[in-house]
Amino acid sequence: MIIRLGLRSIALLYLAGLLLIPVGMIVAHTFSNGIGPVWDAMSAPDAVAALKLTLEIALIAVPLNTVFGITMALVMVRREFPGKALLSALIDLPFAVSPVIVGFTLILVYGLNGWFGSWFIDQGSPIIFAVPGMVLATIFVSLPFVVREVIPVLREIGTEQEQAASTLGATPLQTFRRITLPAIRWGIVYGVVLTTARCIGEFGAVAVVSGRVIGQTQTLTLRVSQQYENFDHTGAYTAALELAVIAIVTLFLMNLLHPRKDH
Amino acid sequence: MAISVRNVQKRFGDFLALDDVSLEVPSGSLTALLGPSGSGKSTLLRVIAGLEKADTGEVFIGGSHATELPPHRRDVGFVFQHYAAFKHMTVAKNIAFGLEIRKRPKDEVRRRVAELLHLVQLDGFGDRYPSQLSGGQRQRMALARALAVEPEVLLLDEPFGALDARVRTELRAWLRRLHDEMHVTTVFVTHDQEEAMEVADTIVLMDRGAIVQEGAPQELYDDPRNEFVMRFMGQVNRIGEVYVRPHDVEVRLEPNGTTEAAVVERILHLGHHVRIDLRVHGGAEVTAQLTRDEADRLELVPGRPVFVRPSRARTFDDGQTAEPVEASPA
Repeated sequence: MIIRLGLRSIALLYLAGLLLIPVGMIVAHTFSNGIGPVWDAMSAPDAVAALKLTLEIALIAVPLNTVFGITMALVMVRREFPGKALLSALIDLPFAVSPVIVGFTLILVYGLNGWFGSWFIDQGSPIIFAVPGMVLATIFVSLPFVVREVIPVLREIGTEQEQAASTLGATPLQTFRRITLPAIRWGIVYGVVLTTARCIGEFGAVAVVSGRVIGQTQTLTLRVSQQYENFDHTGAYTAALELAVIAIVTLFLMNLLHPRKDH
Repeated sequence: MAISVRNVQKRFGDFLALDDVSLEVPSGSLTALLGPSGSGKSTLLRVIAGLEKADTGEVFIGGSHATELPPHRRDVGFVFQHYAAFKHMTVAKNIAFGLEIRKRPKDEVRRRVAELLHLVQLDGFGDRYPSQLSGGQRQRMALARALAVEPEVLLLDEPFGALDARVRTELRAWLRRLHDEMHVTTVFVTHDQEEAMEVADTIVLMDRGAIVQEGAPQELYDDPRNEFVMRFMGQVNRIGEVYVRPHDVEVRLEPNGTTEAAVVERILHLGHHVRIDLRVHGGAEVTAQLTRDEADRLELVPGRPVFVRPSRARTFDDGQTAEPVEASPA
C-alpha cells in the first residue's frame, strides 16, 4: 500500500515537474497582462499567417504520411521480399538523422545550386525558402510514426480474421475496409497523434529550408523563437499556447474514435 | 456439392506439404482429414478453400473448376481452430458479415441471423462481443457465420482443438446432428482419431503429405492397410511380426495349447474397461483390454501368472518396412 502510494506520488511528481508546471507556466505567462494583449498578439496578421501555415503544412503532411504509413506497414508485415531489412532501416532514417541535416540535404537537392532546384525556380515555384520545401521537410521528419505504430498491431491481429472474411465472400478491398482497418484503428490513431505533434512542432528542418520570411514562411514554432528573440514575450507565449491547444484538440478528436466496447 | 482434388502438390520452401494428393469427397458427406501434425491435412483443407494455392494440380467444387478462383469466389464456409472472430463486431454482426457483403435486404439479414443464433444455441447473445463469449460459444458463432451464406461446402480446420474435453465432446455430437439436418458437404481436419471415428462417415488418413488410406471408420480400424494406419487408429501390441489390438488379447487362467504364459504387471481401471499390462514369458510387453466383469472373474492382481493368446491378429506382408510411428493416444 505504502509502496504503491509512493510510486504513484513519484509518477505524479515526475509528470508535474516535466509537463504540468511548464505548460501551466505558459498559460500563466501568456495571460499575465490580461486577455487584451493576448488577443492582439493572436490577431496580428503575421501571427494569423503563422497559424495558417502551420495548419496547412500539417493538413498536407499528416494525411500523406498516414496513407503511406498504413501501406508501408501492410507491405512490411504481409509481404516477403528481398531488401526488406534495408527498407525497414530506411523507414527509421528520419528518427536517426538530425532534422537540421534533413533541411540541409533538401537544400542540396532542391536549392538554387541543387540538382533540381533551378528547374523548379524556372517554373516559378521554388521549393527552398518556400512552403513546398517546408512541407517536404515536415513529411520527412514525421514519416516513421504511423508505420511504426501500425506494424505491431498488424502483427498481433494476424491474418485469420482476413482469411475468414475472404471465405465469407469479401473482396480484398472489402476485407481491408471492414476487417483490417477497424482492427488496426488504434495503431493508426496513435500514429496520427504523434505525426501531428511532430508536424506542428517541427523546428530544425523547417527552420533551415524556410528562410523564415515573416508572414510567408514562418510557422508557429518559428514564430515562438522569433518573438522570444525580439523580446516580444507575450507574442512568443501566445504562439506557444496556440501550439498546445492544437495538440490538445488533436488528442481530443482522436479520442472521439474510441472503440465502443470491443476491449 | 462434391469436392474433387486432383494431383495437388504444395511446397513450403524445402518442405513438401502435399505430394501428389488426389481426393474425391462425395456431395453431402461428412469427411475427416485425419493425421499427425505435419501430415498435410490442414494444407489440403486450405487448398480446397483457396487460402493456399497449390503449386500444381486442380481443385473442383461442385463440378466447376476452382483452382484459380480466389477464396471469396469459392462459396465455401471455413471454420478456424482459433475461431477468427471479428473482434470489433458483435456476435450478430459477425454472423451477418457474409450476408451484408452479398447485399441482402436488411430484414432478411435480421431474420437469418436470428435463425442462426437459435441454431447454434446462442439466442440472446447477438449484442455481445466475441471477447464476452466462452471458447465453445465463439466456435459456435464462427460456425453460424460460415453457415449464414449457405455455402456449397463447409470446411473446418481442427474446429474443436482449442476447446476443453467436455465442450469438445458436446460440439462433436452437435456437429454430427447439424450435418444430418443440413446435408452440406463437410470436411473437417483433426489429429484425434476418436473424434474422426465419432463424427465422420469417411476418414481420410494422411501422413507426410500423402493419403495413406481412406474409407469408413470401421474399415480403417478393422482393415488397416499398413502398420501406420493400424497404430494411428488405436492402441496396438506388436508381438514379433503380428499386430494385436488390446481388446483382441484373450487372458485365461489355464493354458489351452495355443496360449503363452505371461505375468500381470499392472492393472488400470478405466471406467467400463480395465487395462492389463502383461509380460509374456519371452519378455515382450503386451497390453490387454478386458471388461470390468471379465477382469473381476479372473481375479487378476499384479504378479499373477496367466495365459494369453490373440483372438484376432494381423500381419502386414506387403514388404513394407515397419517404421517406428508414435501410437496415437487411446
